[in-house]
Amino acid sequence: MAKRGKITIVEKLCKGCAICVRFCPKQVLEMKKFKVHIKSADACIACAMCELRCPDFAISVEAEQ
Amino acid sequence: MFDYSSYLRKGKLPHIWCPGCGHGIIMKGLIRAIDAMGWSKDETAIASGIGCASRLPGYVDFNTVHTTHGRSIAFATGIKLANPKLNVVVLGGDGDMTAIGGNHLIHACRRNIDMTLIIMNNNIYGMTGGQYSPTTPNGMGATTAPYGMIENNFDVAELVAGAGATFVARGTTYHAMQMTDIIKQAFKHKGFSVVEVIAGCPTNFGRKNKRAEGYSMLEWQRDTAVPLERWQTMGADERADKYPIGILHKQEREDYLTTYDRMAGFKAI
Repeated sequence: MAKRGKITIVEKLCKGCAICVRFCPKQVLEMKKFKVHIKSADACIACAMCELRCPDFAISVEAEQ
Repeated sequence: MFDYSSYLRKGKLPHIWCPGCGHGIIMKGLIRAIDAMGWSKDETAIASGIGCASRLPGYVDFNTVHTTHGRSIAFATGIKLANPKLNVVVLGGDGDMTAIGGNHLIHACRRNIDMTLIIMNNNIYGMTGGQYSPTTPNGMGATTAPYGMIENNFDVAELVAGAGATFVARGTTYHAMQMTDIIKQAFKHKGFSVVEVIAGCPTNFGRKNKRAEGYSMLEWQRDTAVPLERWQTMGADERADKYPIGILHKQEREDYLTTYDRMAGFKAI
């Protein structure tokens, strides 16, 4: 089975730069009122590029099988 | 998932950097690299000067010192000489290191003390309102360059390699995984190692150059940074407006403390 990811967002820390939304290869995330939200959690492949590039420690991804 | 919380000072987040600022990405890279090295908090010392980039040590829980403008390398040299067991890291922006601290930079390269310098190059003086810095590329806009930057910019990696640094590398915040690895390689190197990380300043550099979003700065890095292997096969025309990333220069040379002990004839410190 393909890798799946569980995304955790700390809304208080998100500054709405949209870096995670822009570089997500599966368009899992979207912007709502200048904060990041999960659009389609099932599509996440746990590449964790959003976690790697978030400058604000606001998003993390846990891989689950 | 990487747990950063044990390396961060409690209650300091959110940090002061603007939305989309690359410095936060570099802070994470630095923490991951230190974690991969297995350095304990007590045996790690971080020094920084003044500027946006130099705010970084305030957020991480190591032995940190926030010093005067451009003089962080001098403080770090003192720390390393007083206690050679410490792993010393110096952080600074492009203005802090190449302009105000320019002389400290070149002489530290020449001296080859075993420590690591990370220059966070965002091509601008961000904190003071977007004045051009020595690394603002020719033709690019800044508050004090309304018609575009007239002067030529420093190539930081070439500068420090010319001054005698024994490890010179360049990364970007877009290539965050590679940047972490480069910082780790710099930590492993015995001697003065310099890592230039290209960071985005969407607020002050971006707004003057049609890249006001944090992600557009990262896209710019993606489009202009070239891996060293490919850079070596490129012609002069292709190289225009591009720069190589990776480990650009490495040489083995006896570091300052070893030389000191050898010349003195006994272990001085």
